[in-house]
Amino acid sequence: MQTMNPGDTATVRRIVSELKGRPGPLLEVLHAVQAALGYIPAAAVPLVADGLNLSRAEVHGVVTFYHYFRHSAPGAHTVSLCQAEACQSKGAVALADHARARLGVDFHGTTPDGRFTLEPIYCLGNCACSPAVMIDGRLHGRVTAERFDALIDEQAKRP
Amino acid sequence: MTVRVYVPGDAGATSVGADEVARAIAQEGTRRGAALEVVRNGSRGAYWLEPLVEIMTPAGRIAYGPVGAADVPGLFAADFLKGGKHPLLLGPPDGIAWFAGQQRLTFERVGIVDPASVADYVQHGGYQGLTRALSMTGSEVVQAITTSGLRGRGGAAFPTGIKWKTVLDQNSAQKYVTCNADEGDSGTFSDRMLMEGDPFTLIEGMTIAALAVGATQGYIYLRAEYPHAHRALKTAIAAAYQAHYLGADVAGSGKRFDLEVRLGAGAYICGEETSMLESLEGKRGEVRVRPPLPAIKGLFGQPTIVNNVVTLASVPWILAHGAEAYANFGTGKSRGTLPIQLAGNIKRGGLVERAFGLTLRELLYDYGGGSASGRPIRAVQIGGPLGAYVPPSQFDAVVDYEALSAVGALLGHGGIVVFDDTVDMARMARYAMEFCAIESCGKCTPCRIGSTRGVEVIDRILAGTDGERNVQLLEELCETMVQGSLCGLGGMAPFPVQSALKYFREDFRARTQG
Repeated sequence: MQTMNPGDTATVRRIVSELKGRPGPLLEVLHAVQAALGYIPAAAVPLVADGLNLSRAEVHGVVTFYHYFRHSAPGAHTVSLCQAEACQSKGAVALADHARARLGVDFHGTTPDGRFTLEPIYCLGNCACSPAVMIDGRLHGRVTAERFDALIDEQAKRP
Repeated sequence: MTVRVYVPGDAGATSVGADEVARAIAQEGTRRGAALEVVRNGSRGAYWLEPLVEIMTPAGRIAYGPVGAADVPGLFAADFLKGGKHPLLLGPPDGIAWFAGQQRLTFERVGIVDPASVADYVQHGGYQGLTRALSMTGSEVVQAITTSGLRGRGGAAFPTGIKWKTVLDQNSAQKYVTCNADEGDSGTFSDRMLMEGDPFTLIEGMTIAALAVGATQGYIYLRAEYPHAHRALKTAIAAAYQAHYLGADVAGSGKRFDLEVRLGAGAYICGEETSMLESLEGKRGEVRVRPPLPAIKGLFGQPTIVNNVVTLASVPWILAHGAEAYANFGTGKSRGTLPIQLAGNIKRGGLVERAFGLTLRELLYDYGGGSASGRPIRAVQIGGPLGAYVPPSQFDAVVDYEALSAVGALLGHGGIVVFDDTVDMARMARYAMEFCAIESCGKCTPCRIGSTRGVEVIDRILAGTDGERNVQLLEELCETMVQGSLCGLGGMAPFPVQSALKYFREDFRARTQG
């Protein structure tokens, strides 16, 4: 199994000890780990299990159940394209084709330079301004192919 | 005198440039030495007019929209801080036809108040419901909710009062109030708008529920896809604690109610109430077998109210104005108002709160203005990804729980997604099965396996392999899923497929390409 560096190990241990007294803490712990490290490293699973007095299987089962939890480090920027019905009615499927071509990766993929991770998402609650895209937690509505390119160009300038 | 300028901070408004507009107004104001204060209100829900900027003038609020950052210098030049004439001038917002006919009860403050301010909330009638509730016994409060006719707005439409009564009647040292804010249905955003635009109404509703049934702890289960709502709720909850509307002594009543937000993690199934409870407990969001009902054995095995955001947010109005006043709105067994969300390919998309009783046609054409593309509307999907597709021949159906069910559709959470005549209904049917396969919790076979087989069968139809036989197979598969699934995901995912087969069968044919 991959190992974590001592800093990340300490981070996971600190999160577990901070949150373990809360009722039903596992999701809270996993959210905090992902917020700190960008994903849930496989090596974090036994640490979390041990700290919360759960089996590794239970923790692994939860990590893999939820789409939001990542199993590997994402790119510098996460681009989520809504693929649900309201966005489809305004061209979300064509926009996804455009995004794949522009970034050169499929859904769940990260560009070779590590800049962008492309994800499908099922509803951002912006259904009256479809199609919707979220980039690093920022929501964009009525996104055309041109606007998508402009948003990517803008992100590409950032670290 | 400092002029108050409202620029929505709502996620939908910011998605089309409201942050840039707010910044431009602040900067231009500074440059010109104008005394102004920018307030980030919620959205009133007319998304085609967003960003909708409003100026508080001595004569009331004056709206301009849709405003782009580039319009800002021109607006200042036109003296918009005094309500000056400009091509984007809309006049008083209440005078805009789209709002004029609405009956805003649950959403009466959304888009109007500052969602971060308890004081503003109270000034606009907030906490009157709680004050009233504190003068009543728990069972009187529950009776008021029963009398109001309020039914669950999340989609199941179960009478709220009956649910509360069950929890009230349990003898238990610990009870919970949970809010299902896992608004995952495509085409719906009323929960999000309310949480971002008037979060104290939800907090007040949960507080009333908790004190009525004897619960001391509340959780809002919020989907992770709503970071803006998360921030708004955290801000509002902290402010409510500060003002002693939450905590050990709610509004001086001597009663305790604690409230926190818990984040989901991208699982549609967690909008199903028992799955949500599992998730709140930190587990895989697998559906529980009922009975026992959550009202008897819910969160951590204790009696638990599970209600949707809009349901709980309707409670303060009912308590403040009386159960009969609420029940006076609506039709048949659908009492009160419903915030309907017009979404997708629609010219004037957004939130319409009206008493039950409007027809689909009125909503789609009078409010919505037809499709955004200008092409004929071919189908609408009502009630999210598990809802039926409805053809124009049914557009005279009244939008209430019973009337829609009579035409084979479901109102669900009140979202209507519009498609023009370029839609390929076999593809939409395939998507319904694909979505079910992605989101199935895996606990029962009809849903877990059936959805994947459904995608394969539709693929064979589209590829021209044994078309007739596979259409028949698809119909049988749908029937099996409806009859045999443990919960609504597998049990309802066939509805869009069956309705597509019923009304748009011509689309289920071999494709030469793509």
